[in-house]
Amino acid sequence: MAKEIEISCADNAARSAQAEEELLNCEKMQLTMGPSHPATHGVLRLQLEVDGEIVTKCTPVVGYLHRGDDKLAENMTYNQFVPFTDRLDYLAPICNNVAYALTVEKLAGLEVPARCAALRVLTCELSRISSHLLGLGVYAMDTGALTVFLTTYTERERIYTLFEELTGQRLTNSYTRIGGVTHDVPAGWLDRVEKACDSILKGVDEMEGLLSRNKIFLDRTKDIAVITKEMALQYGLTGVNLRCAGIESDIRKSRPYSGYEQYDFDIPVGSVGDCYDRYLLKTEEIRQSVRIVRQVCKTLPDGPIFAEDAKNICLPPKNRVLSGMEDLIQNFMITTHGPQIPAGEAYFEAENPKGALGFFIHSKGGGKPYRLHVRGPSFVSLSTLPVLIPGCFITDIPAILGSLDFVQGECDR
Amino acid sequence: MLSEKDLELQKHLLEAYPYVTERPGSADHASVDVPADKALEFARALRDVEGFAAIQECCGCDWGVDASPRFSAIWHLYNYDKHLYVRMNVYAPDNAKPEVPSMCPIWAGANWHEREAYDLVGVRFAGHPDLRRIMMWDAYPYHPLRKDFPLAGVEVPFPDADTVAQTGVKVMPAPQNGGPFVSGCGHTLRTSEPFGRDQEWRENNRKG
Repeated sequence: MAKEIEISCADNAARSAQAEEELLNCEKMQLTMGPSHPATHGVLRLQLEVDGEIVTKCTPVVGYLHRGDDKLAENMTYNQFVPFTDRLDYLAPICNNVAYALTVEKLAGLEVPARCAALRVLTCELSRISSHLLGLGVYAMDTGALTVFLTTYTERERIYTLFEELTGQRLTNSYTRIGGVTHDVPAGWLDRVEKACDSILKGVDEMEGLLSRNKIFLDRTKDIAVITKEMALQYGLTGVNLRCAGIESDIRKSRPYSGYEQYDFDIPVGSVGDCYDRYLLKTEEIRQSVRIVRQVCKTLPDGPIFAEDAKNICLPPKNRVLSGMEDLIQNFMITTHGPQIPAGEAYFEAENPKGALGFFIHSKGGGKPYRLHVRGPSFVSLSTLPVLIPGCFITDIPAILGSLDFVQGECDR
Repeated sequence: MLSEKDLELQKHLLEAYPYVTERPGSADHASVDVPADKALEFARALRDVEGFAAIQECCGCDWGVDASPRFSAIWHLYNYDKHLYVRMNVYAPDNAKPEVPSMCPIWAGANWHEREAYDLVGVRFAGHPDLRRIMMWDAYPYHPLRKDFPLAGVEVPFPDADTVAQTGVKVMPAPQNGGPFVSGCGHTLRTSEPFGRDQEWRENNRKG
């Protein structure tokens, strides 16, 4: 120690030159973030290479929540797989149910009744609101604004209560079957939806008041992790992450499904592509979803909630099963052998809160898919991290992860 | 049913690129089979000439233990101007060592999708920059989405003789062989789980 001081006193200039060289030749440090980390929203692990505070390399490690959904689907009937789709993006389960049901129905060439399609739109949009409310809440919390989370969670709870009344479940709703939905709306439910919408809009206003011009939030999100047009296309980003880059594309508009073309709504598009843009887009999407929900509540058509005439696919009504032989046989066959779907291939993407959730199904006929593949939008969003994160500070990572809005259940499948 | 736009695209692709053939059984989008040696050329034309700027997904498929060709990879591509999908299927010529060209040079986003297909189905992608497992852990020996892989997985002999003698359990449950969060016999979780790798700078070695 004494020797060191001696040297430094003797030649101050030489010492500072040495320190500078040390800094230049400084070895980078490996830092592991996750798999259990509050900012990674699940079990995501980021293998970081950091130079001081600046991240120079990021390697995401995923798969901690892999359940082999593709393999499981090949070994069960089409209807049995519905609960598994709940667990993909578990923050908006009904959106997954609908995307899956629509894929199988496309393969079967089956049209669902108008009331069923409208109910699917209604519940999908409520799910989108609930997913965005949670996404924004935790995003704000990760950037240091804890209060926002309390507001958005309160509003989200209203939607969960509504779902509980409708489907009997709060989280894993399993609301659809191939060719229909499980429950019709209970008495007075639509009025309660409208009331919840009013309160949600107030909550969103409150959230915007807390965040949109909040200096800390702006500093932590503006110009961070900018997604460019080229990058968004190259990586196949979808949803908010695509639109923040200035590409106006929403599957609900460009390839309408389930009757979305009947409703009037706008697609918010970003201009910068940074974390703040993604926050603004999600906020606006909640408002647009409320618009759709209100239109559906007003125009909900009457009629069956099941494509009852599709023999071999939809279960017959229970009262007929208990009194008629033919319906009893049909009920038994569909329950044990699954809905009979013709041979063929279909790929369908639905606009989910996190992006486009796609299902690819290859059927050889019969009640089970031969090959089913899930395209998770979160998987795609996370695959951009190796190019988004390098150059950012470590403290930017929670903001980036929060703004990308991913969920591991869907990424790891 | 294929819409008119899809049929038009299908017809156009078959005419403009004589080496592709129609893929039967599509219920929705234009769908083509492409020979492995022409796949990159066709993909480049899809992106630059036909306007399919975005890759949506890639999945590997096993068409059955006795089928030949047994493996293929399917890409779904999207055109943001016309709002159309196209399905591109490439059969791997060799059943024992299935390999198809990687689309990473055309669409950067193919990277993770192809890693997943390699991991779960075992189709290799020639020219892939980083072909590692992504869902299963690196040391995992099987490709679980192959049709000859049992749903419940493969059990492995229990590695510790003492435990076998005391408990009578001779095999390790299938999905756990060497996976994350499982401490094997003779070593702790510390060796299998991630830690900051250069902890040594704290102790004796100064950093750098």
